Amino acid sequence: MSRYVIVGNGTAAVGCIEGIRRVNTDAEITVVSEENHSVYSRPLISYYLEGKTDLERMKYRGDDFYEKNGCRVIYGVRATALDPSAKTVTLENGETLSYDALCSATGSRPFVPPFEGLDTVKQTFSFMTLDDVLALESALTDTARVLIVGAGLIGLKCAEGIRDRVGSITVCDLADRVLSSILDTDCAALVQSHLEENGIRFMLQDSAARFDGNTAYMKSGQTVEFDILVLAVGVRANIELVKDAGGETGRGILINNRMETSLPHVFAAGDCTEGYDASAGMRRVLAILPNAYMQGHTAGVNMAGGDAVFDNAIPMNSIGFFGLHTMTAGSGDGEMTEERSEGIVKRFFTKDGLLKGFMLIGQTDRAGIYTSLIREKIPLDTIDLELTKQAASNLIFSQDTRKKKFGGVV
Amino acid sequence: MKRVYVNEEWCLGCHLCEYNCAFANSGMKDMALALKDKKIFPRIHVEGDDRITFAVSCRHCTDPLCVKSCIAGAISVLDGVVCIDQTKCVGCLTCVLVCPYGALAPGESGVMQKCELCMGNACGAPACVTGCPNNAIVYEERNDAT
Amino acid sequence: MGVSFIYPEFEVVRNATRCIACRVCERQCANEVHAFSEERGAMVSDEAKCVNCQRCVSLCPTRALKIVKSDCRLRENANWQDDTIKEIYKQADSGGVLLSSMGNPKPLPVYWHKILINASQVTNPPIDPLREPMETRVFLGKKPTVIRRDENGRLDCQLPPQIELAMPVMFSAMSYGSISYNAHASLARAATELGILYNTGEGGLHEDFYQYGSHTIVQVASGRFGVHEGYLNAGAAIEIKMGQGAKPGIGGHLPGEKIVEDVSRTRMIPQGTDAISPAPHHDIYSIEDLRQLVFSLKEATNYQKPVIVKVAAVHNIAAIASGIARSGADIIAIDGFRGGTGAAPTRIRDNVGIPIELALAAVDQRLRDEGIRGNVSLIAGGSIRSAADVVKAIALGADACYVATAALLALGCHLCRTCQSGKCNWGIATQRPDLVKRLNPDLGSQRLVNLMTAWRHEIMEIMGGMGINSIEALKGNRLMLRGVGLNEKELQILGISHAGE
Repeated sequence: MSRYVIVGNGTAAVGCIEGIRRVNTDAEITVVSEENHSVYSRPLISYYLEGKTDLERMKYRGDDFYEKNGCRVIYGVRATALDPSAKTVTLENGETLSYDALCSATGSRPFVPPFEGLDTVKQTFSFMTLDDVLALESALTDTARVLIVGAGLIGLKCAEGIRDRVGSITVCDLADRVLSSILDTDCAALVQSHLEENGIRFMLQDSAARFDGNTAYMKSGQTVEFDILVLAVGVRANIELVKDAGGETGRGILINNRMETSLPHVFAAGDCTEGYDASAGMRRVLAILPNAYMQGHTAGVNMAGGDAVFDNAIPMNSIGFFGLHTMTAGSGDGEMTEERSEGIVKRFFTKDGLLKGFMLIGQTDRAGIYTSLIREKIPLDTIDLELTKQAASNLIFSQDTRKKKFGGVV
Repeated sequence: MKRVYVNEEWCLGCHLCEYNCAFANSGMKDMALALKDKKIFPRIHVEGDDRITFAVSCRHCTDPLCVKSCIAGAISVLDGVVCIDQTKCVGCLTCVLVCPYGALAPGESGVMQKCELCMGNACGAPACVTGCPNNAIVYEERNDAT
Repeated sequence: MGVSFIYPEFEVVRNATRCIACRVCERQCANEVHAFSEERGAMVSDEAKCVNCQRCVSLCPTRALKIVKSDCRLRENANWQDDTIKEIYKQADSGGVLLSSMGNPKPLPVYWHKILINASQVTNPPIDPLREPMETRVFLGKKPTVIRRDENGRLDCQLPPQIELAMPVMFSAMSYGSISYNAHASLARAATELGILYNTGEGGLHEDFYQYGSHTIVQVASGRFGVHEGYLNAGAAIEIKMGQGAKPGIGGHLPGEKIVEDVSRTRMIPQGTDAISPAPHHDIYSIEDLRQLVFSLKEATNYQKPVIVKVAAVHNIAAIASGIARSGADIIAIDGFRGGTGAAPTRIRDNVGIPIELALAAVDQRLRDEGIRGNVSLIAGGSIRSAADVVKAIALGADACYVATAALLALGCHLCRTCQSGKCNWGIATQRPDLVKRLNPDLGSQRLVNLMTAWRHEIMEIMGGMGINSIEALKGNRLMLRGVGLNEKELQILGISHAGE
């Protein structure tokens, strides 16, 4: 009987388990979970603080998931060493597991810069795991002043999550705008002003130079008094297991479109990887949940002897703050066209006759149609994109295409 | 598996499917009571322009992107029907971002809802289909893309 | 200009507690009666535009709508009735000939209502059509008057060309142009499935419908639209249209806006030009001229197709039919004065022609008297509305019936009688693409098949009741009919006895 080991217990791991089971129903699957929780939806941690979900509903899969899929889960343990020639992996508890194929779904960890005086701050939190959020929750008070370092997705979702549970929130970032990894200046300004209307204060192009107790001394010379510090500067992929075993890595574990690493029988999926971004045409860490699942699923199918390819990964994010929805996908590369109306911005980026990316703020209906244009690389001369810029519509496609889409099994 | 298919050649753009859908999922017995003076949030939407109209609802894909992309694990496939657990959904709209058919839209509360082929309501068969005056929406088995 | 207001004929009654403002009525009304008022937050209507086609009523999901006849009446009297007065106003306004559609709506006698059918009791047992074989098939065409044998004494079985019908009903002529592509598609598909024929009318045959040729009658009318050799050979029979019951003596005029691309190609006339059918065939001024056209058509089709001559029922119809029966035609179609039309001058429609019942009886009798009944088959048309009308027509001497209005009703027509507007909300009498698509031929043909199947069952039931198991045995069997409330003259023309006799 084949033995498969999955290191990690997040979304990529679930995708991997379901991928394996699609091909092989009786192989042995062992999951090594560093966290002491069964799989949960990490992006929901801010919604948890907001009261939109709870621990029970945050479960990414049902309670019987592992049992139904015949998985053994080892909780609370890290994998420390991988021996690809012996096809074994050693855990920190000393146990050694041998495998026929292994998937590194190790995810990422918060990056904490070496701030001066950080050790003087009493209440410092990261915002990534369930344990992080439970710790943060216990520190929240109605009057607490919160300083969030980092105006990226994590920092801002944290701000939204705790807004009604604290006294004030200040978000600082070295970048000149919020969500700098996915939005350009104009779009970011729109989101920022919406956040400001909802009581979030920003200090951009500025960050903490040093901390002293409850005071942050900013690079600009200002000071910020705070009770709670949340560090959301960025993340680092957990590549060490594969890297130390000789696997090729960059900012993530390098994988091909079958999710194979450079090591034989070792696959990788999720936030720990650096795969191919089909919209930008380059390798990138695409740390988003859909990507993690699809990579995991692809890895799983291939581990079990199937033949799956995932070659159209693109960055894409749907994120809402206080009712304002923003969607982005692909790259901001190429010629930009814009549709703008009250409270709505839509930007499209085209290059070489293809849609490469978009940013939508305020109006996101049927945005998946745009996403499909990017992912499926649909030549723009075969569709009527102009028609759809006001509102996404299947009208852009030819009648024949629509007939296939809506008249057949897809 | 039986699915809902649309034939735009016969779609009149009357939007009855939207109202029949909203009514079917209202859980009420009287359409006027259920929908009067309310903005409706149907799970099927008529798209089109002056010449062409067609109704779009969940395709119940064999390999649904929404299921893979849902950040809450709220969407799953039950006997071929793509279903959503609304208690788990937090309304992030990632499914809207990935559905290539533009078939998904949130409900009144902001939480997602979707066509579940009227399996979960009192209709038994998709209300959009039974109410379509011109057979532009049908509910049947099809094997190949046509 | 003066005051020319005429109060709308209909009122739109909207039940405010039921209306959910879904705006289906608004989207479905080509006459733009309904609209959503943002100010009032409710639907409003302009009933002056309403033709009472009931499209909105039929589609309203909450049954919030009804259309009623307005009770705002002029001070009418038995002589000057509301309609008569309003027509005067309209003409005083426009100076034009009034146009109408569909059949004569006036309260003239419907003789079908005064004819009753016999049934067997005791001495001549009825037949149960569910248990016994029952033949509804008919053959239309010239029947041999003598038995011919070859030199060896064997029967000569060569018959002139015949039309075979699974039941004695056909869909009568409605041109592509006057009705829509989808209406034609529905008729063609239904006729094929039913084993009967439909009729192209005078507008030619759309290339898509050649596949149904064996169930098609191709018509040649005074405009000769779309007539070519391939067309003549495409059908199962050719019909020369001399006249139409709704407008005897009048030609046709299809306005240019209905001559859209497809219609233009099918009719072989330029797009956007008016299609004018002259009142006469300019090459026919006598039975001899008619004979020339009949034989021209037979020549063109190698004597393989029966030729029908269709005439309106007019005063001296019996003599006309006698002439046609001698012209070489195989079949005569007689169209009574209640027959429908896509557009006719109101005065003509309402005042010209005679009832089909009397015309049919007179023609059948005349041809029998002259010993030429076998020369032709007779088709009766002009408001055949039910299986009972069919049975009565057959007993009066028809070989088969033509139906059109009934077929249109099956397709959704609500007899609003405004075909001439071209804005048929049911997708029938229109060429507007958005309206045409409202008639899905999958549904339309099925409804036609249902209707005719029902009629066939009823015909068999009625025949069985009379103890007749073959439609041929009913033909001209006037003993099976009795009149009620008819005078001696009427009974004499109909050739039937009064009830009780």
